[in-house]
Amino acid sequence: MPKAIICRQLYKQYPGKLPVDAVNGLDLEIETGECFGLLGPNGAGKTTTIEILEGLLDSTRGDVEIHGMKWGQSDDDIRQILGISLQETRLSEKLTVLETLTLFRSFYRQGIVPTEALARVSLDEKLGARVGKLSGGQKQRLAVACALIGDPKLLFMDEPTTGLDPQSRRQLWDIIREFKETGRTVLVTTHYMDEAERLCDRVAVVDHGKVIALGSPRELIASLGGDHVIEFSLIHGNSLVRDLKTLPTVQSVRQEDNIFSLSVSELHVALPALLDHLRHSNLELADLSTRHASLEDVFVTLTGRHLRDGLSTS
Amino acid sequence: MKNSPIFQLTLARLREFMREPETVFWVFGFPILMTILLGIAFREKPADKIAVDVQDGAYAADAESVLQQFEVFKVTRCPESTCRLRLRTNKTDLVVVSGAGSSAAFDYLFDPTRSESLLARRQVDDRLQRARGRQDAFATSDREFKEPGGRYIDFLIPGLVGMGVMMGGLMGIGYVTVDMRIRKLLKRFLATPMKKTHFLIGIMLSRLVFLIPEATILLVFAWIAFGVKIYGSIVSTAFLILLGSFAFSGIGLLIASRAKTLEAVSGLMNMSMLPMWILSGIFFSSSRYPDVTQPFIKLLPLTALLNALRAVMIDGASVFTQTGPIAVLVVWGLMTFAIALRIFRWQ
Repeated sequence: MPKAIICRQLYKQYPGKLPVDAVNGLDLEIETGECFGLLGPNGAGKTTTIEILEGLLDSTRGDVEIHGMKWGQSDDDIRQILGISLQETRLSEKLTVLETLTLFRSFYRQGIVPTEALARVSLDEKLGARVGKLSGGQKQRLAVACALIGDPKLLFMDEPTTGLDPQSRRQLWDIIREFKETGRTVLVTTHYMDEAERLCDRVAVVDHGKVIALGSPRELIASLGGDHVIEFSLIHGNSLVRDLKTLPTVQSVRQEDNIFSLSVSELHVALPALLDHLRHSNLELADLSTRHASLEDVFVTLTGRHLRDGLSTS
Repeated sequence: MKNSPIFQLTLARLREFMREPETVFWVFGFPILMTILLGIAFREKPADKIAVDVQDGAYAADAESVLQQFEVFKVTRCPESTCRLRLRTNKTDLVVVSGAGSSAAFDYLFDPTRSESLLARRQVDDRLQRARGRQDAFATSDREFKEPGGRYIDFLIPGLVGMGVMMGGLMGIGYVTVDMRIRKLLKRFLATPMKKTHFLIGIMLSRLVFLIPEATILLVFAWIAFGVKIYGSIVSTAFLILLGSFAFSGIGLLIASRAKTLEAVSGLMNMSMLPMWILSGIFFSSSRYPDVTQPFIKLLPLTALLNALRAVMIDGASVFTQTGPIAVLVVWGLMTFAIALRIFRWQ
């Protein structure tokens, strides 16, 4: 099976007084038929990367191949097989849903009929409605329908669910899964870890324009060494760090402000040990919670920052 | 045909336009409103009376009694200071002063740069001379000629048609294109296999299609309301209007090719339209400007369009005599389209 996307040593520098290296030596290989996620905080270079892959931006340096074709050589052939949903596009409000799709369909040599695209995104009943009358979720589904109209082999989605309500997000995930089930490829960028975990076969965690971790969500979480996280805070004092690491099955310890996070592999062993330890030390708990480890923990472990924080805390 | 991208892009623009009530009024209603107002201001009316003052003096009563017999004069008798004041403030066209000599002669006091005063001088002199016994060398009679064509409204209508073509081309394309850029719709189109030329052609074509009802409404309205006729060929007139629209669509695209905000494109549009508003002769002939400026003025696309339109519509000239203006319009259209395509900012 040929690779859907190959991207080697990709660099993008935005010129200026202080040049910004948005993408800084990024490598990717995406298989045909997988749903691949670029996960990272805002400003990590996800959108720049995906727009270079989409042929909307020129890279400063690096090679990109889309199904074996290169931008600058076979642009039209690449565009014929791509379906793209940009981060924010406001389609013409005065046109109806059907008119919008008919317009987009006219740009492609082959594709599906507008009604089929609408059926795929469950927007059939809005066929004759003006775009301006649609809800946010419906508009986003129409944008996806526009991406599907050319019957693409490869679907690019930049932050597809940002700003949507939970129900619309789930609908969109279903649409993407259905598309993937036909053996085609999806590349999605997101800063929602739950989205990446549920949707993607593989994830590249991106930070400062580089891939800092790559693998399936399971593998990445497993790399932490512990499936569970215990978080707690104390009423007084915070000098326990060294002692905590010696507790059974604790893999790593992190402290942020007054909150301690323990990555543990066996919760039923670690938790009683922790409570004993606190009692012996005469320390009073203010708060304690446990949860499954997530990609967020992977990111925090790798960078010391949270996904939502963006670059401001770096 | 139905699935051709140019057709679909044009159709989408037409639909968006027709579903925007404000623009529809602006494009179709505004020129008609303007025609009505200007038509009222410059309507045909009987010639004004000639205001003549007779200054107090030896033969004043004599002159007054003669002139008062004629409807065409509005005679006022007043002392010298009042007469001079009225002449200076434009209340009267001419002052008749009793001559200094003993023979009953008159002096005419007037401003020779005012055409009404020159007319008044000839009329008054004629009446007074005849009253004193001057004989005409032969008999004459006046016959009325009332054929439309030379009136102000006849001059104005081609001007308004051209103005509509200019504003439609610039504003119709400028705002819409920049708006699509702001909405990132241009970027979205760029992400499809759509050809860039198809998009630009679609926008220009939709302009040409709007123009058919726009110009027709204005011309039919002017014909019904003011009897403004097209003396030349209607096909030639239509051809010139379409050609003008092509040129201004190209200029509109060029203006909109880089702008990122509506404020920026609006400034650029006003900057481009202002010289043509003033110089190209929408409301008065551009030949009023000094001769040295004429070659420049004639290169403006609106001047070319208006000159050719007036030649065909008023003078009844053949479109083939208008090669100069036509060449100007073709060059503007092609040049701006080519540059716009090259420098167009899609995102």
